Amino acid sequence: MPIDRVRRKLVNGFACTAVSAAVLPCCLGRAALAAAGSLEFKVEKVADGVFAFRGVDELMSAANQGAISNLGVVVGTDAVAVIDSGGSLIEANAFIAAIGKVSAKPVRYLINTHMHPDHIFGNAAFREIGATIVGHHNLPRALEARGAFYLQSFREQIGEALMKGIEIIPPTRLVDDRLQLDLGGRVLELRAWKAAHTDNDLTVFDGATGTLFAGDLVFVGSLPTLDGSLLGWLRQMDALAAIGAARVVPGHGPVPADWPQALTAERRYFEVLAHDIRKAIADGRPLSEAVKTAGRSERGNWRLFDDYNERNATAAFAELEWE
Amino acid sequence: MQDHAYRSRQPTLPLAAIFAAIILAVGTFLGSSGAADAQQATASSDSIWQDLKGDVFGDRAILVDTGVVRIEAPKRAQDAAIVPVDIYIDLDKAPDGVKSVTLIIDVNPAPVAAAFQIGKDAGVTHLSTRVRVNDYSYLRAIAETQGGELHMAQTFVKASGGCSAPAVKNQDEAMATMGQMKLRQFPPQETMTKAQELQLMIRHPNNSGLQRNPLTQYFIPAHFVQKLSISQADRPILSMEGGISISEDPNFRFDFKAHGNGEIQVEAIDTDGKVFRDQWPLEATGL
Repeated sequence: MPIDRVRRKLVNGFACTAVSAAVLPCCLGRAALAAAGSLEFKVEKVADGVFAFRGVDELMSAANQGAISNLGVVVGTDAVAVIDSGGSLIEANAFIAAIGKVSAKPVRYLINTHMHPDHIFGNAAFREIGATIVGHHNLPRALEARGAFYLQSFREQIGEALMKGIEIIPPTRLVDDRLQLDLGGRVLELRAWKAAHTDNDLTVFDGATGTLFAGDLVFVGSLPTLDGSLLGWLRQMDALAAIGAARVVPGHGPVPADWPQALTAERRYFEVLAHDIRKAIADGRPLSEAVKTAGRSERGNWRLFDDYNERNATAAFAELEWE
Repeated sequence: MQDHAYRSRQPTLPLAAIFAAIILAVGTFLGSSGAADAQQATASSDSIWQDLKGDVFGDRAILVDTGVVRIEAPKRAQDAAIVPVDIYIDLDKAPDGVKSVTLIIDVNPAPVAAAFQIGKDAGVTHLSTRVRVNDYSYLRAIAETQGGELHMAQTFVKASGGCSAPAVKNQDEAMATMGQMKLRQFPPQETMTKAQELQLMIRHPNNSGLQRNPLTQYFIPAHFVQKLSISQADRPILSMEGGISISEDPNFRFDFKAHGNGEIQVEAIDTDGKVFRDQWPLEATGL
């Protein structure tokens, strides 16, 4: 099923009025504009001063406007911080309009949780409203290596119209290990992780409400994707679980989710995958064969399993062969 | 500084020159292409090949689908950075033997992924490796017989698309472990006559040179395993001239006929001029 068009209606007229018209894709293809006009973009309250947008559990497409990942908003007495910018400028501008409805405070920070397009393709819209972009110290390097490829491969996947205006914009404020951002009345704690989902994963913790924005270190219901290190992810699972949060906003899946129970299924999937791959390696089976069966017992537990499991198995095989 | 050092080292090998020239030409292509459906993509892959084959093979005739060489890869790449590819050589159809196999990925920034030389009497009939595939493309294996005939097989691979990029996943780890090697030996299976198999793994980022320095906009120099040779007691089994289309942590699995009990020796040289060497005793084959 494509998307819940009722729930995700765009705020009326956002495309040319709500935000600085200069950066807005007003000359979009008619089809995209028509689609945009019929969608509503809604952020839901998660806790006091904390809001989130729930992305759809799909691959990015022209129909869903790239809005597949969860996005966050935290409102302080002085300023607002936003967690991830979304998968297109259309989405990002709708997001900015929706943020304006929950707070009139300026958006001081855009925090990117990692390099993937569904989290960073909206960055240009936040640069235009003056937000400082914050990210893991490895994020600029990762975007250098992938930016051109993302702009090419996603043009094919989501179409010219939705790609319009998208730029790869690296963070200017980097997190080496930990960083605190004071929004007035509340301080966000940012933490840079070692390679797991990617080699540039960042989490954001709002101590005032105990809300953890985990980025794609946590997937709920949708199959986790592996683009960093399976062993690294498993090794850091305990440290992740030890964060004293009351709830989590995962990168993908229901918002909010219970903590740390949200990690249980993900950890089990990785352990099954690692077990199957290790056995294949020990048996001398080649990668091309092993990836067809590894992790299959988990198929019934996840959305998008067929889209991502073989890819995860491929990456896991190449990594675990070195154990 | 780095950039200068890279440019001052002129490629001396003909293939290296081809790698370099095409990287630049197709770097532009990468930025501007927006291939649509698969049909259009096969046509565009083919037209790149038509332009490319003269650069690599001159005007020599290339025989297609003769059965001398066969190539297999998944129809859809799962991870653009790690696409397994298998090349088979049928020595019954090339009685005088095959001396080299060139692996080509039409649409990649460096389409000549690797050129393998096969040792005389090494008995290699199957070689598998892993490559990066940037977009919808044919993968081609062109075998040259001892007699100088060229035979080609091809298979079409749809790019993985999305956020699986042909880039290094864990850059810090890749640099920290660079140069480590591992050799796995698989005893002959099924019949007594079948050769044994080796799998050579080398830790190396095998970085593309397509990343731009955000400040200078210059391409950051590529850093990859340029030459590799595998031999048994100084008798060549397989050697390779390779480029950035070979995946991070280059990995080669192949069968061969052992001659005596001499050690397996490996030497790899990367574009920084670093040399990595290792050797392993041949394991008992059970024969």
